[in-house]
Amino acid sequence: MSGEIADPRHEDRSGGKGDPPGHGEGGPAPKQVTVAFGFWIFLLSDIIMFSGLFASYAVLAPNTAGGPAGSELFELRLVFVETLCLLFSSFTCGVMSIMAVKQRAGATYLWAGLTALLGLSFLAIELYELTHLVLEGAGPTRSAFLSALFTLVGAHGLHVAAGLAWLTVMMGQVATLGFTDAVQRRLLCFGLYWHALDIIWVALFTVVYLYGVMG
Amino acid sequence: MTLLGRLSWDAIPLHEPIVMVTAGVLFVVLLGTGATVLLKGWLPYLWREWITSVDHKRIGVMYCLLALVMLIRGFADALMMRSHQAMAVGAGKGFLPPDHYDQIFSAHGTIMIFFVAMPFMIGLMNFAVPLQLGVRDVAFPTLNSVSFWLTATGVLLINTSLVVGEFARTGWLVYPPLSERAFSPGVGVDYYLWALQISGAGTLLGGINLVTTILKMRAPGMRYTRMPIFCWTALASNLLIVAAFPILTATLAMLTLDRYLGFHFFTNEAGGNQMLFVNLIWAWGHPEVYILVLPAFGVFSEVIATFSGKPLFGYRSMVLATLAICILSFMVWLHHFFTMGAGADVNGVFGVMTMIIAVPTGVKVFNWLFTMYGGRLRFEVPMLWAVAFIPTFVVGGMTGVLLAVPPADFVLHNSVFLVAHFHNVIIGGVLFAAFAGYTYWFPKAFGFRLHDGWGRAAVVLWVSGFYLAFMPLYALGLMGMTRRLQHYDNPAWQPWLIAAWLGALLILGGIASLAMQLYVSVRERRSLADESGDPWDGRTLEWATRSPPPPWNFARLPQVEGRDALALMKRGEAEATPDPLEPIEMPRNSAYGFVGAFFTYITGFALVWQIWWLVVLGLLAGFATTLWIAWYQPGEREIGVEELRALEPAA
Repeated sequence: MSGEIADPRHEDRSGGKGDPPGHGEGGPAPKQVTVAFGFWIFLLSDIIMFSGLFASYAVLAPNTAGGPAGSELFELRLVFVETLCLLFSSFTCGVMSIMAVKQRAGATYLWAGLTALLGLSFLAIELYELTHLVLEGAGPTRSAFLSALFTLVGAHGLHVAAGLAWLTVMMGQVATLGFTDAVQRRLLCFGLYWHALDIIWVALFTVVYLYGVMG
Repeated sequence: MTLLGRLSWDAIPLHEPIVMVTAGVLFVVLLGTGATVLLKGWLPYLWREWITSVDHKRIGVMYCLLALVMLIRGFADALMMRSHQAMAVGAGKGFLPPDHYDQIFSAHGTIMIFFVAMPFMIGLMNFAVPLQLGVRDVAFPTLNSVSFWLTATGVLLINTSLVVGEFARTGWLVYPPLSERAFSPGVGVDYYLWALQISGAGTLLGGINLVTTILKMRAPGMRYTRMPIFCWTALASNLLIVAAFPILTATLAMLTLDRYLGFHFFTNEAGGNQMLFVNLIWAWGHPEVYILVLPAFGVFSEVIATFSGKPLFGYRSMVLATLAICILSFMVWLHHFFTMGAGADVNGVFGVMTMIIAVPTGVKVFNWLFTMYGGRLRFEVPMLWAVAFIPTFVVGGMTGVLLAVPPADFVLHNSVFLVAHFHNVIIGGVLFAAFAGYTYWFPKAFGFRLHDGWGRAAVVLWVSGFYLAFMPLYALGLMGMTRRLQHYDNPAWQPWLIAAWLGALLILGGIASLAMQLYVSVRERRSLADESGDPWDGRTLEWATRSPPPPWNFARLPQVEGRDALALMKRGEAEATPDPLEPIEMPRNSAYGFVGAFFTYITGFALVWQIWWLVVLGLLAGFATTLWIAWYQPGEREIGVEELRALEPAA
């Protein structure tokens, strides 16, 4: 198999012979693989960043300093709607990814639009909830518990907002550049990112809200 | 003055002569360098070949250069502290007021870890890993440039604090509640937070880049069990970066929220918990120790095998020991604060874990010794650093095991015994490795060797200076001296501190020798030139290409037939592969890293001084730059076979 893959930035030319590229025998992996792999590593690091926030929340949750506890604050029905928005947006994002692979621009815009709409609804509900808390006098400066709550929920919310900005930019790229290799790779990474936010939200819903209302 | 946030003329420390003189000298040096570059017309060259370069070798060299420059800054702090402590006894006041002294020990620790040790190790990995793997660059070359320039931004920001405002007075890990706004109202801690947050982002991106490179980009035939040990240690180190630096990001963000928005993570009031910070910072901080020392072990493994003329003894045990350390490093963080009062059981577990992590390290020491045993030893300068490292590191490791015994730690905690211990492992381990790697790979990077005599002088001065400077601190620690003392009244300590000061002067000689070595080597580069590309009779693939390597490293990717791939080729056990040349695609230069870092610096500075309109402006400009790149980044440049043959007559 000598010399079949002469360049790291070329597609695999070995025609599927030998070991999978990048695992030793085949030489450097094609760019599609390295980009997705690298982005996975980034997502793992992001999840570790969240684990730091989760750990702090777990330690500080009992420290209400005479202020309200989670069981007095959380409105599960609202959070449930929020969760549904985010989970369905993962579905629409998945359909968008399929449409992008098929290079169907119109359908890609449609499903991206639905994803953005659901993401915006999620953010709107979250913003409503947090403003509500602040107006009730349960803002992040009230107690260590509320500091940790606002930071954890806020960090996830910021990620969703950044994701929406990214999605908007990507639709601009599809419109102007078309489905080039680079645009396809970026859409793939966006999909991974959006699903990772779901995973974090599932943990957040469980640790913060479900445990929270249990007191 | 709300337009400038908290910034005003008071921020310039005109009343501190030491700072003003230093700043003046720095200013003159910077102006002089800038003027020289402009007048000699070097700017286009610098811009084209270095600032916008995405070549991993150039970026690696710039990382190392940054580390060497910051070593001078960090050492100047050290020398001031040693000089001050040598005289500040009893009626003696020394020459540093407490306020300034506290900033100096905080800056010394921060700079030496984040802006000397880290960039030096990252620079060596950046330079050598793709060459050793037999590939043309890292997985994401433009991202690599971004990582470097973010690190440089952190450096610039932390050095800005010298002239504009102040630095933290809290120690290098800014423990709350002292670092909270209530007790540190100035901008010192803010400089720390934003400089580290920015450079930390760069480090994380670099870690992702190198993990992907090592796992996904290797020459054909380069199986895991054939990778050079330096690549293995780089893999472990970068995995640790990916797993540990996000914890630092989260922790610093929480402290930032406390300081800027009145949150209560670590405050005294409203249920804040200071020990949460200490746990989190060391959950990053202990792996950080191994992020630094694992690549150092890798450098020594390469150097010792090369200069013993033998394959490394116990390759598989070395890999296993590296990975064991990689995992165990996350299970010992509590030994940094046994005195927290977690109880005997918790302290016991972490004490035992700490002793267990010494086992794989011991395995490595024996592997190095057995590699040398029966080898044809050549005591070139890199090998001298390695030989100095082994006993020094063993002493540092053993005092570490002493500190791992919780009852002993209750006595030694925060004493200068601890200070001696961690300098023992970081100077003796990381810094000696940095110098060994610098001397070892310099001819590969530039095509000529470093001057031998000045290199030997640097080894002698550094090693003797290290022992004279830090062995007295072990004694002083046992005599009860705590760290970070601006003044003391026990005259029995003074002779030891004078000895330590003399040691620091010897180290000054060592640094001067390194500077002279570089100067003399550049001047005599013709007589020191290395035409072969393999000046040390190397065993791994970086020596298979010419020096300095072409931008694409290898005209055709090497075929790897076994461990120590080049040594096999030299013995003729690997078949020569006269494959036809194929066109190469190379990434183009990118100004994104530099321009993005410029806006990041503006944002960071504005955040420190709370100039909010400038924060918004900086962020928008950074975002616009990113959009520009997302649309207009030029594709790769193809080098055709004809062009390649013209550029590589040997191929």
